[in-house]
Amino acid sequence: MASATDLIANDIQFEWLLRRGDTALVLGHRVSEWCGHSPVLEEDIALANVALDLIGQARMWLSLAGEIEGQGRGENELAYLRDAWDFRNFLLAEQPNGDFGQTLMRQFLIDAYQVPMLEALKGSKDERIAAIAAKAGKEVAYHLDRSADLVIRLGDGTAESHRRMQQALDALWSYTGEMFVSDAVDTAMADAGLAPDPASLKAAWQETVDAVLDQATLTAPEDEFAHTGGLTGRHSEHLGHLLAEMQFLQRAYPGATW
Amino acid sequence: MPVSEDIVWQWLSEIPDPEIPVLSLTDLGVIRDVTWQDDTLVVTVTPTYSGCPATAVINLDIETKLLECGVSKVRLEQQLSPPWTTDWLSEAGREKLRAYGIAPPVDGTRSDGSSAGRLARMTGQGDFQVACPRCGSENTEKISQFGSTPCKAAYRCRSCLEPFDYFKCH
Repeated sequence: MASATDLIANDIQFEWLLRRGDTALVLGHRVSEWCGHSPVLEEDIALANVALDLIGQARMWLSLAGEIEGQGRGENELAYLRDAWDFRNFLLAEQPNGDFGQTLMRQFLIDAYQVPMLEALKGSKDERIAAIAAKAGKEVAYHLDRSADLVIRLGDGTAESHRRMQQALDALWSYTGEMFVSDAVDTAMADAGLAPDPASLKAAWQETVDAVLDQATLTAPEDEFAHTGGLTGRHSEHLGHLLAEMQFLQRAYPGATW
Repeated sequence: MPVSEDIVWQWLSEIPDPEIPVLSLTDLGVIRDVTWQDDTLVVTVTPTYSGCPATAVINLDIETKLLECGVSKVRLEQQLSPPWTTDWLSEAGREKLRAYGIAPPVDGTRSDGSSAGRLARMTGQGDFQVACPRCGSENTEKISQFGSTPCKAAYRCRSCLEPFDYFKCH
């Protein structure tokens, strides 16, 4: 199997890998913020385990990104020593946790995207990308089971849980469109057979979302407006606050290990 | 003359999993290859879950064990593909899990994220039963999709009323 290096410029691959790694890292960190604060013990444990999976996936993507970049940066340098404008995650991933319902809705909207994305990446011409996708895909399929089940149970639950889930959906909906926007990086990756065109994932995502929201008795907003900018480093104010906490130790005590 | 690879496998089978010590690393199926390259012993290991904290401890335990056994040059290599699956859990390992109070994986039930699976769970049709490792009853229910580690889910037995961990099919 060909190495991606033969097919396409390294800086394009690096950008694309940061999108995968940063989305997993930022979402993983957000979910980890629940540790010790969840409404019930079982959910606390579940959220911590989902966060662990995501941070593990981020390590694989960022390690490969560092290798491709070839500047001596590894997963740790990329995670802890870049500022907000160098992050390439979806804006949806950095949105605050809100209440438990908003956290689950955010998780569901991203899980429903990651499942077809990783499935398609298993066929990447770069065997390293395909290997990470195969590993992460199994974990994310399980995450989707959980987030979809809970969106349905809470959406179709009490009047209060329904109200909160609808509110979460309304608040997050305008951040979902960004996941399907293709730019020059995506086109180059798709042309080289390394990754799917994000727009091609929309139908599968929509099918999952429609089916689950229908069962959950929730209604997606009709407005198609999409916030964008995460993939080019123009983030919402929330990312800076997240990084301030996540990166504090390495910034204050450079090189610290334990 | 270095020791044979069979003996190395035997040594590795004596290393307990750090989180489920009733299982050895070979029961768990995370050791993918053992081979000599000149005077260096190369052990290929695959992680269970991407973020499992036990991975680093497993690597350390392998190095420590092999050094204790007199192998001075050890190199560990990580292999991601094919991804680890509970299909690689040995038969002996499954029995050890059950005896330890953890229900072993029900083969063929791994999640594929499909809506068919969701429908089966929601309606209770086509969903699978996990037998209680204590009393053997199949009258059990899932409490949470995750248990004390990423590889497990939390269940409860409706017959003997005891909670238990289920080692998920992955």
